[in-house]
Amino acid sequence: MIHDSLIRERLVTGDKTAADVTRDISRPILNQPSSAWKIGFTLSLIFLGIFGVSLFWTVWTGIGVWNINKSVMWGWDITNFVFWVGIGHAGTLISAVLLLFRQKWRMSINRSAEAMTIFAVVCAAMFPVFHMGRVWVGYWALPLPNAFGSLWVNFNSPLLWDVFAISTYFSVSLLFWYIGMIPDIATIRDKVKTKTAKFWYNFFSMGWTGSTRSWARYELVSLILAGISTPLVLSVHTIVSADFATSVIPGWHTTIFPPYFVAGAIFSGFGMVATLLVVARKVMNYENYITIGHLEAMTKIIMVTGTLVGIAYLTEFFIAWYSVVEYEQYAFINRATGPYWWAYWSMMSCNLIAPQVFWFKWARTTPWFIFIMSIVVNVGMWFERFVIIVTSLHRDYLPSSWVMYSGSLTEVGLFLGTFGIFFTCFFLFAKFLPVINMSEVKTILRNRE
Amino acid sequence: MKLRLRREMHWIRIDRYYSFVSEKESMTRENDIADADSTDKGEYKHWENVSVIHQPMMCQHCAQAPCETVCPVLATSHSSEGLNQMTYNRCIGTKYCGNNCPYKVRRFNWFRYNDNDKFDFHFNNPLGKMVINPDVTVRTRGVMEKCSFCVQRIQEAKLKVKREGGNMKNVQVETACQRACPSNAIVFGDLHNPDSDISKLHRNERAFSVLDELNVQSSVKYMTKIRNTETI
Repeated sequence: MIHDSLIRERLVTGDKTAADVTRDISRPILNQPSSAWKIGFTLSLIFLGIFGVSLFWTVWTGIGVWNINKSVMWGWDITNFVFWVGIGHAGTLISAVLLLFRQKWRMSINRSAEAMTIFAVVCAAMFPVFHMGRVWVGYWALPLPNAFGSLWVNFNSPLLWDVFAISTYFSVSLLFWYIGMIPDIATIRDKVKTKTAKFWYNFFSMGWTGSTRSWARYELVSLILAGISTPLVLSVHTIVSADFATSVIPGWHTTIFPPYFVAGAIFSGFGMVATLLVVARKVMNYENYITIGHLEAMTKIIMVTGTLVGIAYLTEFFIAWYSVVEYEQYAFINRATGPYWWAYWSMMSCNLIAPQVFWFKWARTTPWFIFIMSIVVNVGMWFERFVIIVTSLHRDYLPSSWVMYSGSLTEVGLFLGTFGIFFTCFFLFAKFLPVINMSEVKTILRNRE
Repeated sequence: MKLRLRREMHWIRIDRYYSFVSEKESMTRENDIADADSTDKGEYKHWENVSVIHQPMMCQHCAQAPCETVCPVLATSHSSEGLNQMTYNRCIGTKYCGNNCPYKVRRFNWFRYNDNDKFDFHFNNPLGKMVINPDVTVRTRGVMEKCSFCVQRIQEAKLKVKREGGNMKNVQVETACQRACPSNAIVFGDLHNPDSDISKLHRNERAFSVLDELNVQSSVKYMTKIRNTETI
């Protein structure tokens, strides 16, 4: 017998039956793509093209086509890297941590959030790879045997930690996403008509039969993978923050970075999940699965993590003052009042002040407003990384090396282009794979025979 | 073009710092100077007593170099002689070392500069190439470079001692900047030898390291000027 609370809102509304769920969720896969999908996909391909052109120009001509200079050697590239890695975090949090905490509201959003994680990590990986001056020997950063032509790597370097952190994160997320999808792929396999489609869905369902034994193993593997993924929620962005925290540059050299980055990552990740889902639920008519209750839960997380990040900003200021280190103090005063004040205050208002509107119930339950706020969050988090990277580097120890920096057209193109990668992947995902976990959602239906 | 984007390629640069006395108050800090400038009302009183401090700045060959630890492929490492070495053909160009250098003395090859018509400077023909130092490696696109303490000259001296016998203590290695300086302001030598000129100068009480408080333990020391003022 299913427990049904009198006061809690239902996780799936509209009195859906299990058959309804299958029909609703496999509809986009079985039918021809809608015109909304076609328009969106075309736009994504255009942006993907922008990425291709910008990347070709960068690799063909040299990193000099960016505007980075002798003092600010990381600019938009690493800003975008941290931005995209951060976005990935919500997927892992939703799928792993909320699974362990038995939060059932995760069930209708985890599939798309995990997909978002994987695509975001792909976008992120573009930047540390292609910011290398000699990308064709980039594999030297892997610990390959010397006989391969490479030499052993430097385990002291946070960039090497990144290599391990990101690749682990990507492979575990991909595995988790895929394993979770097997029962649903099998459902699709049984419904598709064409021979090619049958072959591929059959191949990827790995002969899933839905026997009790299969289900028992599936549950166990999910739990194990959730256990493996949970530390990754904390570790990946901790290591990304170590790129900065282990350096000697004032504004980077701070011990608060790991928790601050993790909170920021979850904040930005939920921002992006909200952006995607508010649109997806409308366009794909999934309002009964991704309900206002789901959006409200996400806005609460956005508010909490946004406030955490805001407290971290203020703590940095306090510590800079408290440290009595002149360089630290200058770095922070320069952030807030120097030539990049606009970036700092964009960050402050988008990340700390704006999410406070979610104290109001209206703000938490109005989809169009949540959409606007989620964009604000994304913008704010991009500025956060820009502020950390560029304002710290542009004025560090010796005033003789103080410079200004602004992104070139190629750098902007690369950034916009990663949205092309991201949305191309996402549209393909929405066309060929079930965006909501059918088998799990069926377990939380009220209307079960 | 390169300068406008702040991409100077100098391995040694001359930093200038200004200070001046304005209404009995000495100023060195950027903000103070800007404030004085804005309240000046066109009288420019404070420009009357300006002093300029100049400081040649190049790789300080730190014993605890921040650049060395952050390179993922160990392209910059410390030699047993105390040099901070840059291995061009190992560098993959992450530029992390350049970011983490507190002196900002590392330079990046943003483009392919050699044999490139866009960066001709009359060096792309056989005659022009004869001007270029044959002992210094040509750096390719996408690698970091910096002052090497004229490692080719040190190597030449070592080979000479090996070939002809003798003692390194008696061999004088002169860096290019040292040879070019008419006032002998630059001294280079072996810090391991307590009797060398450089060791004596390092022990001098006028010697100081730039950014000493970071404890990067730079190998370069500067001699402060004795001034008859309260503050510089």
